[in-house]
Amino acid sequence: MPELNLTSAPAHLRHGSNIGQPLTRRDGILKVKGQATYAADNHPPGMLFAVMAVSSIAHGRVVSLDVAAAKRHPGVVDVMTPDHKPQLAIDPDIKTNPFVFRMEVLQSNEVRYANQPIAVVIAETLEGATEGAALLAPRYEVLPALVGLDAGESYVPPVVGVGNPAEHHHGDVEAGLASAERQIEAVYETPPQYHNAMEPHAIVASWDGDNLSVDMPTQGLMLSLARIAELFGVTHDKIHIRSPFLGGGFGSKGLMAGPPTLGIMAAKLVGRPVKLVLRREQMYGPVGHRAPTRQRLRLGTDGEGRLTALDHHARTVSSIFDDFYEPAADASHTLYAAPAIRTSHDAVRVNTGTPLFMRAPGEATGSIALESAIDEMASACGMDPLAFRLKNYAEVEPMTGRPFSSKALRACYEQGAARFGWAKRPVQPRQMRDDAGLLVGWGMGTATFPALMFQAEARAAIRRDGSGVMEIGAHDMGQGAWTALAQIAADAVGLDIDRVEFKAGTSDLPDAGIAGGSAHTATAGAAIHSAGAAVIAELADLATNDERSPLFGAGNAGVIAREGRLIRRDDESRSESYAEILARAGVAEIEARGTGAPNPAAMEQYAMHAHGAVFAEAKVDPELGQVRVTRMVGAFAAGRIVNPRLVQSQLFGGMIWGLSFALHEEAVTDRRSGRIMNANLGEYHIPVNADVPPLDVITVEEHDPHVNALGIKGVGEIGITGSAGAVANAVWHATGVRVRRFPIRIEELLTQR
Amino acid sequence: MKQFDYVRPGTIAEAVAAAARPGAVYLAAGTNLLDLMKGGVSRPDRLVDVTHLDGLDGIETLADGSLRIGALVGNADLAHDAEFARSYPAVTEALLSGASAQLRNAATVGGNLLQRTRCAYFYDTASRCNKREAGSGCDARDGENRSHAVLGWSESCIATHPSDFCVPLVALDAVVEIEGRSGRREIALDELHRLPGDAPERESALEPGDLIVAVRLPPAARGFAAHARYLKVRERTSYAFAVVSAAAALRIENGRIAEARLALGGVAAKPWRARAAEDVLRNVVPTADAFQEAAWRALEGAKPSGDNAFKIELARRIVVRALLLAAAGTPARMPALPASPFASTSGAIHA
Amino acid sequence: MNHSISLTVNGARRDFVLDDPRVTLLDLLRERLHLTGTKKGCDRGQCGACTILVDGKRINSCLALAISHDGADILTIEGVARGDQLHPVQAAFIAHDGFQCGFCTPGQIMSAIGMMREGQAGNDPERVRECMSGNLCRCGAYAGIVDAVLEAQAGMDETNQRRSA
Ligand SMILES: Cc1cc2nc3c(=O)[nH]c(=O)nc-3n(C[C@H](O)[C@H](O)[C@H](O)COP(=O)(O)OP(=O)(O)OC[C@H]3O[C@@H](n4cnc5c(N)ncnc54)[C@H](O)[C@@H]3O)c2cc1C
Ligand code: SF4
Ligand code: FES
Ligand code: FES
Repeated sequence: MPELNLTSAPAHLRHGSNIGQPLTRRDGILKVKGQATYAADNHPPGMLFAVMAVSSIAHGRVVSLDVAAAKRHPGVVDVMTPDHKPQLAIDPDIKTNPFVFRMEVLQSNEVRYANQPIAVVIAETLEGATEGAALLAPRYEVLPALVGLDAGESYVPPVVGVGNPAEHHHGDVEAGLASAERQIEAVYETPPQYHNAMEPHAIVASWDGDNLSVDMPTQGLMLSLARIAELFGVTHDKIHIRSPFLGGGFGSKGLMAGPPTLGIMAAKLVGRPVKLVLRREQMYGPVGHRAPTRQRLRLGTDGEGRLTALDHHARTVSSIFDDFYEPAADASHTLYAAPAIRTSHDAVRVNTGTPLFMRAPGEATGSIALESAIDEMASACGMDPLAFRLKNYAEVEPMTGRPFSSKALRACYEQGAARFGWAKRPVQPRQMRDDAGLLVGWGMGTATFPALMFQAEARAAIRRDGSGVMEIGAHDMGQGAWTALAQIAADAVGLDIDRVEFKAGTSDLPDAGIAGGSAHTATAGAAIHSAGAAVIAELADLATNDERSPLFGAGNAGVIAREGRLIRRDDESRSESYAEILARAGVAEIEARGTGAPNPAAMEQYAMHAHGAVFAEAKVDPELGQVRVTRMVGAFAAGRIVNPRLVQSQLFGGMIWGLSFALHEEAVTDRRSGRIMNANLGEYHIPVNADVPPLDVITVEEHDPHVNALGIKGVGEIGITGSAGAVANAVWHATGVRVRRFPIRIEELLTQR
Repeated sequence: MKQFDYVRPGTIAEAVAAAARPGAVYLAAGTNLLDLMKGGVSRPDRLVDVTHLDGLDGIETLADGSLRIGALVGNADLAHDAEFARSYPAVTEALLSGASAQLRNAATVGGNLLQRTRCAYFYDTASRCNKREAGSGCDARDGENRSHAVLGWSESCIATHPSDFCVPLVALDAVVEIEGRSGRREIALDELHRLPGDAPERESALEPGDLIVAVRLPPAARGFAAHARYLKVRERTSYAFAVVSAAAALRIENGRIAEARLALGGVAAKPWRARAAEDVLRNVVPTADAFQEAAWRALEGAKPSGDNAFKIELARRIVVRALLLAAAGTPARMPALPASPFASTSGAIHA
Repeated sequence: MNHSISLTVNGARRDFVLDDPRVTLLDLLRERLHLTGTKKGCDRGQCGACTILVDGKRINSCLALAISHDGADILTIEGVARGDQLHPVQAAFIAHDGFQCGFCTPGQIMSAIGMMREGQAGNDPERVRECMSGNLCRCGAYAGIVDAVLEAQAGMDETNQRRSA
């Protein structure tokens, strides 16, 4: 791998503390010059190209493959099939821990979903491998495919999301509904969605004896390493994974999936380095997706618009061979202060790849339904949607009664509404037009996402020359870890950011945990913070115990680290540089480790969530039904902001995903074959530049002493929640047509003139 | 992608001879052909690359006032030709609403005319498709077909032709010049694309080896410049094919429509010229009522081929709107979002 | 059959023997010339990640056969900066945070440079959005991209004015 040369543009300003500064991305120059190496950009000597052949049926068995035809094709070196492949150390269908998902790595001829890998062709050229895969011309024994939310007998899954019970309740929902002055019941549907990171999943793998070298985008270096180790029966120290840059992940690169495993197998089979890159259509199957849902909400209010009950049921799907359940209904646990809340899930099994976490799993899906229902309820009460939300503002977490560790949602509502000009909104729909005669509507949604913490470790060191090192196997998938974590690292060791060598993105570094759940900055940041504090404490010990130091006798608590010096707290004129301390002690480098982890006591005591309020303006052609979002304002309170520039980008990105959820994204499945008919980027629509209006983000100040040492709540996913509902509600407000099936399509808006 | 022979002919005659052989196809920019080859939809044995042929990339005005556009003229080059935009504004607007700037830079006039349908079952080689494989069946008929045809379809194929460019061209009576094994001939663009009938695999009037060398707009086509628009409803603001589109062009004299031209896109296997609608507009005052009447005429005979009944109503509404826009006059400047219903978004909002 | 072709890539003339006519410009750049700055997001003309300039015009290199572009002059992201001196569009992308993961970025930048040469957008943000719509960004960096392009465009307008004054 070429040396990473990370710099911020010279334009950035820096005063004192690094945390909180809007530094430009330290990997920016590499990225704008095309020098950032993503996995597929690697090309070790002797490398071959591997291309997967995937199943065109959704259920059944592969009966034959024309391996001979493929092998005859010029350049084809080998064809890996269930009958011809390296042996794995364990059965890939055994779940060794809850974060292991079953994968298809040619363990049998069985086909469980469309686009499942069924063979791998390895060739000297990409062209040869690609055509070789086409020449396999599989024949199948076809079984009927299970498709859609009514595919079969439903059941209540044991858990939804990651270990949540499928049902929750507090209070008596039926009584609450019975006593309600007004009630609504509405059913919303959300489609299957695919992460579609811009970078297709890719791997370059090479074996040298027992040693395995891997370039692969991953949001979880250590989880991947552990899974590879168990699959291939090698020890952790034999495996080296590099993942300096991910071209987006959004959850689909969190766990080791089948395709990269096949790449490693292929390299083993041919004894040469192999590159395997998924074709775009192959990403619609083996690398996860967001499951579809059908959600029924029942809400009741008293005469004043106060909720008496909230019932949220979600039907979803999992694959026929594994379990992941989109925890959509859980979105109703935290936001609105109903005295009775019930959430429940059930599911059916279908022939798809196993669904997985996709940016705000459950939260996004549940949010668009909940925020639509709240809008419908407000309208039924004749109330302004913001006034209705304020009336039902939760002062404690409704489902559990726990206080919030911090909650600046009221300020989000206020500041967002003011910036948007919400006060001028007519309560009735279809009241506003623009100069060109287009219908105009304003909608809002509340955003929320849990403030999570995982486990991470970091190693900090101070070198003889006074510079610092911070090592953590963190992942930059676009959120800006190279920059934000380096800022935390710089503060943690009291150095200018350019004086700290920040190492991340490889598996030989301390485990940074998974980059997911919007918890990476908080978790890795906490580890960095504690590693930094630990190494500074050691340095302080060296100095304060040494008579020759001007800091002698100051004691640990008595010095602070700043700009490469330890300074006496009570007398700032007495200080000593790190280099001087180490030189005198004759130490080349001192190091220390630190960890980041959730605090169980605080978690027990407090509900911890980030919040926000999103306001959207949509224009709709009154006759033609085409929709365009023309303005969005989001106000978010997410604890401490490490880098406002990056945070704004994350929130913008989330808001665009919300817009996309409401108006664009949908995988269309043929109900007979179970094949996805728009498995591409031409017909699976994600917003283009012209779909995205001017966006405005306000970050509302919030200090949270409980979530973690740095007070960080995370901003990666919250932007979708609230936004999707805000856009849907704006479309209703523009047209008077309530669409409950997402994405909203033109035909649904043609009903009225 | 299947292996193929690559041939780069030096002359048109060589090209025709090379392409007349079975399994041979022309390669222009390749933005449609290569896409289909990568998907295995098209597996030619031989590519005859016409992009290096001389003399096919000019735009010239002929003595009689016709405009002749060479088959290799780039879609973007044509759209950015100021003189062309002044004379045939709806064609420019249609071109600029198609695909993306990158694709328009590459794509050629001839390739655009002959681009294939975007029917998902045509693209999906595991599906049955009469167009891809004659006689195999049509999986779109009972499948996911909300984007399929509502006019001119048959039980054997319900696909639509995706081109935007062709829609105003067919409205303006464009003529296609063809060089074939038996020399040069020309046909109306309206006759280039065929309706499926029971042979959807035969998509055009071209014979093996036929090379489109130019598209010609007759002198009368300029007469509509003051009142010509293209309108395209789509599922994204940009970079999406039409759900339904319409080109409307009017010649207005003394407050009355002397002549109207109307064509629809996204509704049939060919750009759909609506002559019956044009007829009812002759000599009438341009009013919304007259346009409503025209819209009914334009969609006469339309019927859903699946979950797409909405396209009929949408098409009527687009026809009315496109005619209203055309009647209001061609804007002095191309709208920021060509052919979009949001072409002229303005700030002011009224309660 | 082998075909000899020659291309000018980022200013340098390169002659090759192409053993396979199926090679696209994108795969030629990435897998044979090891110029991997240009990205493959879809390989089907649907995302814009592979945008390069061919004879000064932006196109999708995934849908262009290398052999058909014999003699062409190609500019990729690797040829845009002059050493350490970033192209104004590159600098503006950093300043406006016009990317997150960076995977679409080379394509966005090449597209922006191509767009400015086309002169079809000027300083109208709505035109910039439309003319940049051939480049998808799943991270949703569009706001920064538009701001970056407008700033670079303004800088260029200024330079041109100074030149003509
Ligand atoms: C993602 C994407 C989005 C798109 N969106 C749109 C859109 O919104 N609207 C729209 O209209 N189009 C759209 N297109 C299609 C695009 O306009 C066509 O791909 C393009 O016009 C084809 O031109 P080409 O020169 O690349 O043709 P090629 O791909 O080279 O050829 C297309 C066909 O025409 C034949 N051919 C080419 N030239 C001649 C000739 N002179 N004589 C005889 N036969 C010839 C070829 O053999 C081939 O069968 C889109 C394409 C893509 C990939
Ligand atoms: S509609 Fe036509 S193109 Fe589509 S599957 Fe049927 S026959 Fe093929
Ligand atoms: S890779 Fe060429 S457009 Fe996507
Ligand atoms: S920056 Fe990630 S796709 Fe654009």
